[in-house]
Amino acid sequence: MKLLRAILVRLMTMSVTLIGAAVVVFFVIRVVPGNPIAMMLPPGATEDDVARLTALYGLDKSIIEQFWIWLTGVVQGDFGTSISLRQPVMPLVLGRLPATLELAIFALVIAVVLGGALALTGVRHRETRTETAVDVANGVGLSIPDFLWALILIVLFGVLMPVFHISGRISPSLDLPFVTQFYVFESVARLRFDLWWDLLKHMFMPALALAIPLAAIISQLLKQSLKETMHLDYVTLSRTKGYGENHVILSEALPNAVLPTLTLIGVQFTFLIGGTVIIERLFSYEGLGNMAIDAVINRDLPLIQGIVIVFALLFTLINLAVDMMYALLNPRLRHA
Amino acid sequence: MTAFLTVNNLSAALHGYEQRVLRSVSFSIDTGEVLGLVGESGAGKSMIGKAILGILPSAVDIIEGEILLDGQDLEKMKPADRRRLIGATAALIPQDPLTALNPSRRIEPQITNRLVDILGWTKSAARVRALELLNEVHIDNPERVMASYPHELSGGMRQRVLIASAFAANPKLVVADEPTTALDVTVQKQILRLIRELQARHSTAMVFVTHDLGVVSKVCQRLSVLYGGKIVENSSVADFFDGPKHAYSRALLAATPKYTDPEASLLPVDEAVIEAVAAEVLAADREWRHGG
Ligand SMILES: Nc1ncnc2c1ncn2[C@@H]1O[C@H](COP(=O)(O)OP(=O)(O)OP(=O)(O)O)[C@@H](O)[C@H]1O
Ligand SMILES: [Mg+2]
Repeated sequence: MKLLRAILVRLMTMSVTLIGAAVVVFFVIRVVPGNPIAMMLPPGATEDDVARLTALYGLDKSIIEQFWIWLTGVVQGDFGTSISLRQPVMPLVLGRLPATLELAIFALVIAVVLGGALALTGVRHRETRTETAVDVANGVGLSIPDFLWALILIVLFGVLMPVFHISGRISPSLDLPFVTQFYVFESVARLRFDLWWDLLKHMFMPALALAIPLAAIISQLLKQSLKETMHLDYVTLSRTKGYGENHVILSEALPNAVLPTLTLIGVQFTFLIGGTVIIERLFSYEGLGNMAIDAVINRDLPLIQGIVIVFALLFTLINLAVDMMYALLNPRLRHA
Repeated sequence: MTAFLTVNNLSAALHGYEQRVLRSVSFSIDTGEVLGLVGESGAGKSMIGKAILGILPSAVDIIEGEILLDGQDLEKMKPADRRRLIGATAALIPQDPLTALNPSRRIEPQITNRLVDILGWTKSAARVRALELLNEVHIDNPERVMASYPHELSGGMRQRVLIASAFAANPKLVVADEPTTALDVTVQKQILRLIRELQARHSTAMVFVTHDLGVVSKVCQRLSVLYGGKIVENSSVADFFDGPKHAYSRALLAATPKYTDPEASLLPVDEAVIEAVAAEVLAADREWRHGG
């Protein structure tokens, strides 16, 4: 009963968030100057052409009316038609989403592994030069934003030591057997590790660029809470039982110290997904972010709206997942 | 009877400082004997317990002396061997049962982990032992308690669990660091009786840290009075309560609440006595610096 209530409340807040996002994006992009119809017509088009197309996309109606038409469509699963690509918005967006999800998840995995390893190393060798080195690494990771990391990585591993691809999602010469857009997952499922490797070589640098700042944040917070936890009585007690430093850190301190970091990762992961927009552009990676930039350049209002709604839905789902994971890992909430 | 724990001339200091926090401390405890450590806050009672159990804060160094546990000099052992010896033969009953249990683990592994991981018992044997111990500490439904998380248990219950956990491996030595101060008064008595009962049944040597001389008279056979990290008086409990030799001990005893005369308990320790004992500690320091 309690659980059911919690779920209902949760669904309500999620819908309110989504509606809020829809309203904001709809009106804001109409306030920004720029005419989508003018962008799509060749130079020398007549007034008549403009008027005809404006009417075709419903842009001659009042903003409130437009909003109503769009909203009733959305409720029925129809997000309208992309002005620049002249196709229904949702299939376009959903076609690109998997590429972005794979990139973001790969980046998250790198960030957690890298940040976790740094934090554990720093705590294992606390108050030595190793910890100082970890602190310096965290500082550097934090002070350079993801798109600058992208440029640094392109110079390092794309130009000076060209081991990774700097452009695209997969080599164009390859024959693709895929039926879904989740190339990485599907290549593993099909045991096509040649394709998997090619995908990874494309994804590695954009994912690393996205991951480094997050890894630094994770490392910093996790190291801090681990160090605090290491002083707690139950940790000291476990030392008297005969356990060594590694066991004490990993089995006693980590499960408790990880909780605040988990919440942080949830919030930061949504930022990371926001970061994919620019990173995908820099690496010509065919994901949703890259499409979003094209949509903005072309003033493709329906497409922008569709992309924003999908991002907003993604963010609320991530928050939900984090809360659920937190409850699962924290026994005090599990039984509450 | 043989001394199970011998502390010889033990001095400790904060890392990088000359000032000692433990000043040439010596005592020994026989099997089955309980030694009380008393003294005001900051006297170094917990520090001695921590030194014995190998859990001194990283800022504190042992600068001289030896700790012989079961005849083995802890300072001369490799850290891993020392840990194992302490884990196998000694145990701690901590002060605050609310913070001494890991909040994210169930009770069962917190009692059995030493047996399984350090002493190599099977999980099922350790479980049987844990149930037996929870019975010994008078927990009515041990099965349910073992499956609980710490936050589901009361403070007194948690301290029972911690006592059970301390006695799990049949330790030869138990360090109890103010094991009842965090509990309310009615529970305090039960827990004290319980510790006494288990200590007697298992003939455990015990270091019992407390502020409370009343408790010492009930639990300990001998006591050491500490001031500023120095033992100012070593005595049997019987002799001590007949009349302490040291002026500071006398003042401490006078400041202890008596059930017969609660008003008298408000007596503070006399300034002059404090000054005298502080001067004594400084004199000992000077002598120590010249001598060693
Ligand atoms: N982690 C630490 N780092 C540095 N100094 C410490 C640390 N812990 C304790 N000390 C110092 O060591 C001395 C002895 O402290 P200890 O905890 O043994 O006192 P105590 O007799 O147990 O007092 P209490 O009755 O308050 O528990 C104190 O002067 C204290 O300031
Ligand atoms: Mg203490």
